[in-house]
Amino acid sequence: MSKKCVERLQAHFADQILSTHDAAGDETVVLKRDKLLDVLKFLRDEADLAFNLPVDLTVVDWYRIREPRFEVVYHLYSYRTKQRIRLKVPVDEDDARVPSSYSIWPGFDWYEREAYDLYGVVFDGHPNLKRILMWEGFEGHPLRKDYPINKRQPITTLLGEKS
Amino acid sequence: MGLESNLTGTFVGSRLSDALNWARKYSLFQYPFVTACCGMEFMSTACSHYDISRFGAEIPRFSPRQADLLFVVGTVSHKLAPVLRKVYEQMCDPKWVVAFGACASSGGFYDNYCTVQGIDTIIPVDVYIPGCPPRPEQVLDALMMLQEKIQREPLEKQA
Repeated sequence: MSKKCVERLQAHFADQILSTHDAAGDETVVLKRDKLLDVLKFLRDEADLAFNLPVDLTVVDWYRIREPRFEVVYHLYSYRTKQRIRLKVPVDEDDARVPSSYSIWPGFDWYEREAYDLYGVVFDGHPNLKRILMWEGFEGHPLRKDYPINKRQPITTLLGEKS
Repeated sequence: MGLESNLTGTFVGSRLSDALNWARKYSLFQYPFVTACCGMEFMSTACSHYDISRFGAEIPRFSPRQADLLFVVGTVSHKLAPVLRKVYEQMCDPKWVVAFGACASSGGFYDNYCTVQGIDTIIPVDVYIPGCPPRPEQVLDALMMLQEKIQREPLEKQA
């Protein structure tokens, strides 16, 4: 079923697709970053695709396992066609940024902030890209695999006090 | 410290201390600082089946200013630590703290970047309750241990 979605993408964005695969019927498309927003808009707006539910957005850190180091993962669902699709966008450590999908699915607002907070991937064009889980003044991105496992950054000032 | 500091070591002082401590240990007004799953065990302990009111501690106060026993129930993150500290500082003396469960006592299995490794790094703790989560019997045991501790407190330590 969702094989058709992949075929539609291949027909329209053949030059943007790096690879495709499926696991137990769940289709995955690995994409280039260049025209990511066009692809996302296509997936949302085409009548036979209509991916109107942003299910999940996260990042995988392939530190010392694979290059490029980061992979931004989008999970989408369509209420109309009852299909799912997974998109992966590999990005380099030196240039860890992707265009923000906020303008297409506002529901990805906090997901992108979380991914930025914990992995340090920048979402260009996000209206309010600041930390969401960790506190202001926290240094580094704790879910990166090279974040020291024993590093602690306690808050030393009380609430309302300025250090 | 008021007048009673002159009574330290005297017969009247020790009798007064006994009476005060007796009254205090059977009228603990608690402030439950509940953050995680241990809260369910706390509720179970507080409700009629285990009935914490048998020990004179039945009234949870939802303002720290009216409480004298702080129950820290559950995981405390570094982001929450200043809040806990402020709650503790808002309580009037005399006050006591119970670390409820493994997370409050030591961080539990959350040995990671965001969790406080035991609330005793932020505020003083009187009694620790192990367990993940502890059974209500353990909570009552801790409460009785705290009562014994309160009964032994000398007059000069009481504000």
